[in-house]
Amino acid sequence: MYLTQEELHAALVERHGAAIQDRLDRASVGIAGLGGLGSNIAVHLARLGVGRLVLVDFDVVDITNLNRQHYTMKDIGIPKTLALQEQLEAINPYLNYETYTERVIPANAARLFADCDAVCEAFDRADQKAMLIETLLERLPDTPIVSGSGMAGYGSANAMRTERRFGRLYVCGDGASDIADGIGLMAPRVALCAAQQATMVLRLLLGEREP
Amino acid sequence: MRVNGKEYPCIAKMTVRSLLESLGHDPQRVAVEKNGQIVPRARFAEEPLCDTDTLEIVQFVGGG
Repeated sequence: MYLTQEELHAALVERHGAAIQDRLDRASVGIAGLGGLGSNIAVHLARLGVGRLVLVDFDVVDITNLNRQHYTMKDIGIPKTLALQEQLEAINPYLNYETYTERVIPANAARLFADCDAVCEAFDRADQKAMLIETLLERLPDTPIVSGSGMAGYGSANAMRTERRFGRLYVCGDGASDIADGIGLMAPRVALCAAQQATMVLRLLLGEREP
Repeated sequence: MRVNGKEYPCIAKMTVRSLLESLGHDPQRVAVEKNGQIVPRARFAEEPLCDTDTLEIVQFVGGG
């Protein structure tokens, strides 16, 4: 079955309400990194009908990604941007998906995410998370950033929370479970952290500034 | 000075870098705000601190 833009939009309005959907239609959100966090965040935001998604990742899908990232076997070897866009278009083909298959570095970060209402940090490495947040806080002075830190292993889901720092940085996760300590990443807590990030983005888009 | 909401002694010639070291933080894995302004990593070693400063340090852990 294939829905027209009008049919799909009417279904979103029926679930979300017209005023909320109108704000989501006009919203623009950036996602830096399309791994376990970023791929799951993107699926949530596409289901919400967020009008424009800026999706950036340099990497291709690897076998070891399938334990937690929103890809399937047929995606292995394909750039994550393309594999994810295909899935998002199957959920809602009428949104504006802007993909960039490149590394996010200090020199391009502000340009890639300049027109976004919020940006999700969804990198794997702690030093890359710190680099992106430093860069965006410095160069995009009005844009809220929603980060994920601490989601490895199988610790209690209740340890995961969203904290507001620096005024417009929101950090989701338990803040402690580190892959550097030899704890593996597993689907449930990664998806939970991604859902916390997507929830915070949704709140920001609807005018709520507190976690 | 205040570091993440708690009083912390500021010693002579202290910089963001030396504060991070004394707290046991890896400078590559933190973002630092001094008096409401982000401090770029490249300036950690030279950014001076004094008694009246307010520091916010966010430490990141890996995984995503």
